[in-house]
Amino acid sequence: MAWFRKDKKPLTAQGRRDVPKDVFDKCPGCGEICYRERLGKNLNICPNCNHHMRISVEAYLSILLDKGTFEELNEDLSASDPLGFSDQKSYPERIASAEAKGKNEAVVTGTGTLDGIDITIAVMDFQFIGGSMGSVVGEKIYRVADTAREAKVPLVIVSASGGARMQEGIYSLMQMAKTSAALSRLHDEAIPFVSILTHPTTGGVTASYAMLGDVNLAEPGALIGFAGPRVIEETIKQELPQGFQSAEFVRDHGMVDRVVDRRELKDTVATILRHQYAGWDT
Amino acid sequence: MSKRPTLHLAFERDIVEIQAQISKLLDLAERRDLDVTEEIEGLSGRLELLKQQTYENLEPMQQVQVARHPSRPYTLDYVERMFTDWVELRGDRTFRDDEAIVGGWARLREHSVMVLGQQKGRDMKENLRRNFGMPHPEGYRKALRLMRQAEKFGRPVIIFIDTPGAYPGVGSEERGIGEAIAFNLREMFRLRVPLISAVIGEGMSGGALGIGITDKILMLEHAIYSVISPEGCAAILWRSADRKEEAARALKLTAHDLLEMGVCDQVIPEPSGGAHSDWDEVAHALEEVLYDTLSGLSKLPPKQLIESRRSKYNSIGAWREA
Ligand SMILES: [Zn+2]
Repeated sequence: MAWFRKDKKPLTAQGRRDVPKDVFDKCPGCGEICYRERLGKNLNICPNCNHHMRISVEAYLSILLDKGTFEELNEDLSASDPLGFSDQKSYPERIASAEAKGKNEAVVTGTGTLDGIDITIAVMDFQFIGGSMGSVVGEKIYRVADTAREAKVPLVIVSASGGARMQEGIYSLMQMAKTSAALSRLHDEAIPFVSILTHPTTGGVTASYAMLGDVNLAEPGALIGFAGPRVIEETIKQELPQGFQSAEFVRDHGMVDRVVDRRELKDTVATILRHQYAGWDT
Repeated sequence: MSKRPTLHLAFERDIVEIQAQISKLLDLAERRDLDVTEEIEGLSGRLELLKQQTYENLEPMQQVQVARHPSRPYTLDYVERMFTDWVELRGDRTFRDDEAIVGGWARLREHSVMVLGQQKGRDMKENLRRNFGMPHPEGYRKALRLMRQAEKFGRPVIIFIDTPGAYPGVGSEERGIGEAIAFNLREMFRLRVPLISAVIGEGMSGGALGIGITDKILMLEHAIYSVISPEGCAAILWRSADRKEEAARALKLTAHDLLEMGVCDQVIPEPSGGAHSDWDEVAHALEEVLYDTLSGLSKLPPKQLIESRRSKYNSIGAWREA
């Protein structure tokens, strides 16, 4: 499709560079000591217990998209401080220290091909203020959904979020509405939307786009819920059972369609999109 | 005055004291057959002034307290005062009836409308039944069911928002509270009839928004609307719920803040002394605005209604773009 320009920077697997230059990683699932290099080749899945460790935005893009096809959109949007918010730290300070890690917001959006299928994509970054949704996340999701609608190509969103960006007050809450408005347009025009929920997806993101996929997929073991487990425990004054709000629990309760191993994610999405949509020429 | 507050907030103490003096004096006058007109006039004047001074200068956290005032009118109190022919409809047709959200047919002057709202309880017994106005997923699903019924018959929907939030509990998560809210958000952007919301007390987080996607957002003067409670915000960002005053100030959650930020369309003044000091008066003021708003929206064709609803929310937010 001529609409995509395919002449930009190739992706590198940067996931491994973010961490200290040790040789080993300890699996948070089973405690197994793993060779980092081997772990990287295994998409950061523990070979012993199948625990899916966190990976970077770039890693998701390289897992899902065909090599060299990603084109970033709206990368120059960044947070402002509409409320002049300050707690123990000012909001601009929090943004600055998050930006120092390399990203300018909690979501990266763009276009690319997935197994030859033109798609639009958004991947959230939990490292940026807990993947919280403020005006920039809302606007970027809105725009990428709009791109999907105009180009009539599917939308895939990989979510990871602690919820709303409190420092933007009511604006952050309203991003739930705004992103849902964008998805209502996609829904009207029968453009497929596949939502992929990774660890953790909670709060306002769960209560908006993450749950609105035509198909919702989740990574094994991911924490998925609206209220966080601590809030629930404080409310009901009880300890929560093992596995409560896990991807498997959420699937068994009917809120996601499938729990998918990271290594099978791309094939699964491709197969679904081919069933749903014959709008491309592959 | 249709309802005298039986409970009061700390900063209302002087107001309540003068009110007590007035009723004592009236009592005395009646028993002894005395003329106390002059004294009553003096006291009433002081009372009015004190109410005005107090309520015009509320700190944000005091606003929150007023929004949560236990004597404040709730959804059904407005239903009783503003509408006729009320028929409550119950249940989500899937799991159960969630009494934290009420809804049904009602008539606003010549208009048949669907009315919805979160409903808090007046006493402990009712609060247990209504879960303190904190809905479960089935509440949101009931709400959507009723909104779709309104759409089927081409009737507008009027929504009262008053909730501390969606209920954070085991059953709530098991039955997909996130999905229930998300689904409402998307579907409310697709409804072909006018939707109007009025925040009458506390509009807290996704639990409020889950029935809050509307063509117009009205707020009572002392109502609040926020992404998180000041206590919750303070606990997370200040690591102490005691810092709630600072959090309330920082969050910019008052009706006037929201009007300034372009989220709220109109602020409805409350009687001096707050909505709880005169239920009839505030219900009357709200009715007027709702009626006018409804009349305006009823003229728009469905397509235009949906389009402007979507654009309204699309324009909310602030960012920098290089
Ligand atoms: Zn392991």
